[in-house]
Amino acid sequence: MTMTPRTKSKFRLPTPHNLGYAFNWTGRIGLALILFWALVALFGRWVTPYPVGAIVDWDYFGGISTEYWMGTDYLGRDIFSRVLMGARYTVGIALAAVTLACTIGVVLGMIAAVIGGWFDTLLSRLLDAFNGIPSLLFGLVVVAAVGSSIPVLVLTLAAIYMPGAYRFARALAVNINTMDFVTVARARGEATPYLIRHEILPNILGPVLADLGLRFVFIVLVLSGLSFLGLGVQPPNADWGALVRENIEGLSLGAPAVIFPSIAIASLTISVNMFIDNLPTKIRDRAE
Amino acid sequence: MLRSPTTWFLVGQRLGIAFITLIIVSFAVFFATELLPGDVAQILLGQAATPEAVAGLREAMGLDEPAIQRFIGWLTGLAQGEMGRSYVNNIDVADLLGGRLQNSLRLAGIVTVICVPVALSLGILAAMFRGSWMDRVVSTATISVISVPEFMVATLSVLIFAVWLDWLPALSYGVDVDSLGAMLRAYAMPVITLSFVVSAQMIRMTRAAVIETIETPYVEMALLKGASRTRMVLVHALPNALGPIANAVALSLSYLVGGVIIVETVFNYPGVAKLMVDAVATRDLPLIQSCAMIFCVSYLSLTTLADMIAILSNPRLRQ
Amino acid sequence: MMTDTPLVSVRDLRIGAITDSGRKVEIIRGVDFDIVPGEILALIGESGSGKTTIALSLMGHTRRGCAIEGGTIRVGKHDVTGMTEKQRARLRGTEVSYVPQSAAAAFNPSKRIMDQVVETTRIHDLMPRARAEAHARDLFRALALPDPDTIGERYPHQVSGGQLQRLSAAMALIASPELVIFDEPTTALDVTTQIEVLRAFRRVMQESGMAGVYVSHDLAVVAQIADRIIVLKGGETQEQGTTEQILNNPRHPYTKELLAAFDPVPHVPLAGRDDSADTPVLEVRDLCAGYGAVKDGEPAAKVLDSIEFRLMRGRNLGVIGESGSGKSTLARAVAGILPAYRGSVLFDGQTLAPDLAQRSKEDLRRAQIVFQLADTALNPAHSIANILARPLRFYKGLHGAACEREVIRLLDLVHLPATLRHRLPSELSGGQKQRVNLARALAADPELILCDEITSALDTVVAAAILDLLKELQGELGLSYMFISHDLSTVEAICDDVLVMYKGKVVEAMPATRMSQDATHPYSRLLISSVPQLDTGWLAGLEQDPELLAAFSER
Repeated sequence: MTMTPRTKSKFRLPTPHNLGYAFNWTGRIGLALILFWALVALFGRWVTPYPVGAIVDWDYFGGISTEYWMGTDYLGRDIFSRVLMGARYTVGIALAAVTLACTIGVVLGMIAAVIGGWFDTLLSRLLDAFNGIPSLLFGLVVVAAVGSSIPVLVLTLAAIYMPGAYRFARALAVNINTMDFVTVARARGEATPYLIRHEILPNILGPVLADLGLRFVFIVLVLSGLSFLGLGVQPPNADWGALVRENIEGLSLGAPAVIFPSIAIASLTISVNMFIDNLPTKIRDRAE
Repeated sequence: MLRSPTTWFLVGQRLGIAFITLIIVSFAVFFATELLPGDVAQILLGQAATPEAVAGLREAMGLDEPAIQRFIGWLTGLAQGEMGRSYVNNIDVADLLGGRLQNSLRLAGIVTVICVPVALSLGILAAMFRGSWMDRVVSTATISVISVPEFMVATLSVLIFAVWLDWLPALSYGVDVDSLGAMLRAYAMPVITLSFVVSAQMIRMTRAAVIETIETPYVEMALLKGASRTRMVLVHALPNALGPIANAVALSLSYLVGGVIIVETVFNYPGVAKLMVDAVATRDLPLIQSCAMIFCVSYLSLTTLADMIAILSNPRLRQ
Repeated sequence: MMTDTPLVSVRDLRIGAITDSGRKVEIIRGVDFDIVPGEILALIGESGSGKTTIALSLMGHTRRGCAIEGGTIRVGKHDVTGMTEKQRARLRGTEVSYVPQSAAAAFNPSKRIMDQVVETTRIHDLMPRARAEAHARDLFRALALPDPDTIGERYPHQVSGGQLQRLSAAMALIASPELVIFDEPTTALDVTTQIEVLRAFRRVMQESGMAGVYVSHDLAVVAQIADRIIVLKGGETQEQGTTEQILNNPRHPYTKELLAAFDPVPHVPLAGRDDSADTPVLEVRDLCAGYGAVKDGEPAAKVLDSIEFRLMRGRNLGVIGESGSGKSTLARAVAGILPAYRGSVLFDGQTLAPDLAQRSKEDLRRAQIVFQLADTALNPAHSIANILARPLRFYKGLHGAACEREVIRLLDLVHLPATLRHRLPSELSGGQKQRVNLARALAADPELILCDEITSALDTVVAAAILDLLKELQGELGLSYMFISHDLSTVEAICDDVLVMYKGKVVEAMPATRMSQDATHPYSRLLISSVPQLDTGWLAGLEQDPELLAAFSER
């Protein structure tokens, strides 16, 4: 017996129509902020008022002024320009890592769910074991061993979050795999690649994308943490975490140089969370 | 309550998995640090060293043996409490770790004692009065805390408590705490920061666990018997949510492991994490390995504990 | 009938709901009715008719997202619509109580049954605990529960579904309320169990003289217990009258439709050749199948035990049985989804491989399977056109315009408009989805269709239409059906022969038309006699051997 008159189907396609319908204001603000930072990351380098590495002010930890919108840093460099450029590193590295992690994880998860058997058991056990390493710690160990560079950061972060994406996608795919429409396709004689591509993938896409957003937030946090420890993006380049580290001395002065990069990180991560939290529930539904 | 044989089988199985995981993790830690590019002997002696000197050191350190043999040697050493010697200051790793480990455990212990009661009551209350202003404040606050990096919570606490209010010292040099007041002040900042991070997680998970139970038909049935909201939650929902809540607590505590690395660095707190970050800077591999293993073991114990609680609290497995 | 002032009067009740997409809709649109003391009123309707919503509103309760928006509800001296939540809590359990649809879900798994049965008296502080427990044991006895003195000490998962349902009635009656709401209390039960529960409800309600509201979709069940019936559709009253009048002299066309659906047109076998000499389209010999790890060639949980039958071309075979009888497993083993570990399946005289992975595309094409829930049988991410086009491409290699023409022809075959092909399954009604489900099987041009409970999840009127469609298709395309169902009247309506299954075995095989007269096996007889009839005196006049019941139903 349903309590509402309209029978609700279990799944809904994340078409713009369906999505747009149930967005509330919090979700829209989140989406706007995400788009803003995406644009900054893409085009920020062409609008920086000063060259990123240039010392433009003889005073260090300068305050907010019409010349330097976000003040200057510990060497007298323009923070506004550095935050714009930092977006490129933070957003870029995190996005590359999360895409890599989710693509590999989701594909492996679906294969494991459909094939099952020893392949599933072995892969699941192995990746679960890998999940037994705290993420920041893994980053520390790898950076200690091979040193820090952008490809190393992307690969490390992707490696940290791949098992989670795998586990998530597998759980969803296992649920879909028991549905009658998959059984019908199997009884028709369809091969595994068809089952994965046409029967399973379209039905887990919504939750998987929402999960990708949450994982993106975690990656930004770990990346910022690594940079804050001095093990992430190396000087003279700086992502937002590194900007906070560079200017941490300015904290006791209440310098804008340390506050604005922090705000940048928080606005990105909080807006992604806001957006995901306010997605229509059908898309956010978790299988775990 | 009685447990069926299947329950004990599942618990045993989970312990077995934890053990295998531990082996794989130590394998990963060992090979990540030993096998990746960068010759330890070369690093230690610097670029100017002669090839003969490097070769000599390699032999002395046993680096010429096959990797798998060194791994087994290292693992059996660890099991017997021998963690090797630090490359950098040539002291036994065990000696370096001793006091530091105590400091870190004390920090974690204090945070746990503070967080668990606070987070549980807030989480349960938020679930009980879902949709009220109190729930909204708690939910917004927790999502904000988990969305920002730990170091920001730390710097923000410094800004508020040390810079603006001037109540507490920004750094805890405090190993020599002579009075209660001094001890409180020394631990205050790291504890506040970690408590925020850990309890935010715990509140969210507790709230979710209780809400899930509140939405079951048997709680609606209690409502239809005329039960008050308090009775519905305390008598009907909570006993069934205990397992998931205990699971949430154990899982949230595993966030301590990541948080402690940042917090000890920010506040210059003399714990294992600070030691490890310093070791990373000097590429002191035996020290890094041992610290990493300490963290992995504690993390693994907490997640295993969480899973076991989930198994034990499953009503379907009750006899 | 009683003529006192009504115990309950509901006037112009309006209840609104907020849908998933945030729109506001009215789900109850101005319903009026009265209930006099001691009377049992039935709310009859299909899913979405608002019957449960109305029943719950009598306790001042609406589910999440719903709210009472207009009208008045008076129960006894209380104006429920005007009460605060605190005042309503005092009413619940004491004056109005509730028997849930699924007692298994409504009992708290971590508390003893007795604690939950007497809880109402504890909450409202009505009597000392010892007296409440004594009263509970009396109720257990009155409800014909086994071990009435000790059953309360058990946990909910330690008693059977039928017992739990009766225990939930004890829970509702403990405080001697004036009105008891029964919310589809027997829907989740098997027919043989339903009888016992229904009988127990009837007796306690008659003895106590309480008034009741009985929510159900099943007219035959309601006929046994209700004094008056309200027929609902889309949140509005269609017809209101005494049970006798509704059953024998319905006025509203919708009520007539409901009654007509109850008596489907009997099956007429396809006329024609004498088929005794032909090879059967499907023959099953000594079939054994099961689940779990395979050890020594046998699975851990054996479900099917040496099944044998023959299905001749153009004829239909019904498979009936209760939950756990193995009837669905039989369909899966025949289709090769669950490979049999022993025995053989012969299609048109040729042995098929047990596992579908080893069967040829042509073998797969000739026998199609259709599942019960169209909701889960149609991929929600694909349009109807895509769903129908896939088998056409897969089996026949059709593409482009030819494929589209064929899709339209298939939709036409199942009486759906061609424009429907651009929609997603979620945009279709339950009946439409089941038709698409059927059309997909037809796309393969099969000779045999395995139908697994395909009408069970549908409302009666819709199900009757699907049955008509199946008969029509059989005439046009010369199909054979293997029809699995727990509902005897459905099987009677479409099948030539029937297999009765019990615990993985075929206990009896017989012609469908002679089912009620010819059944000889005690279980078949019990099953057949347990199906409620549209006759107010059926339950009272029913005589079943109690030993037989004890032997076969889950008591």
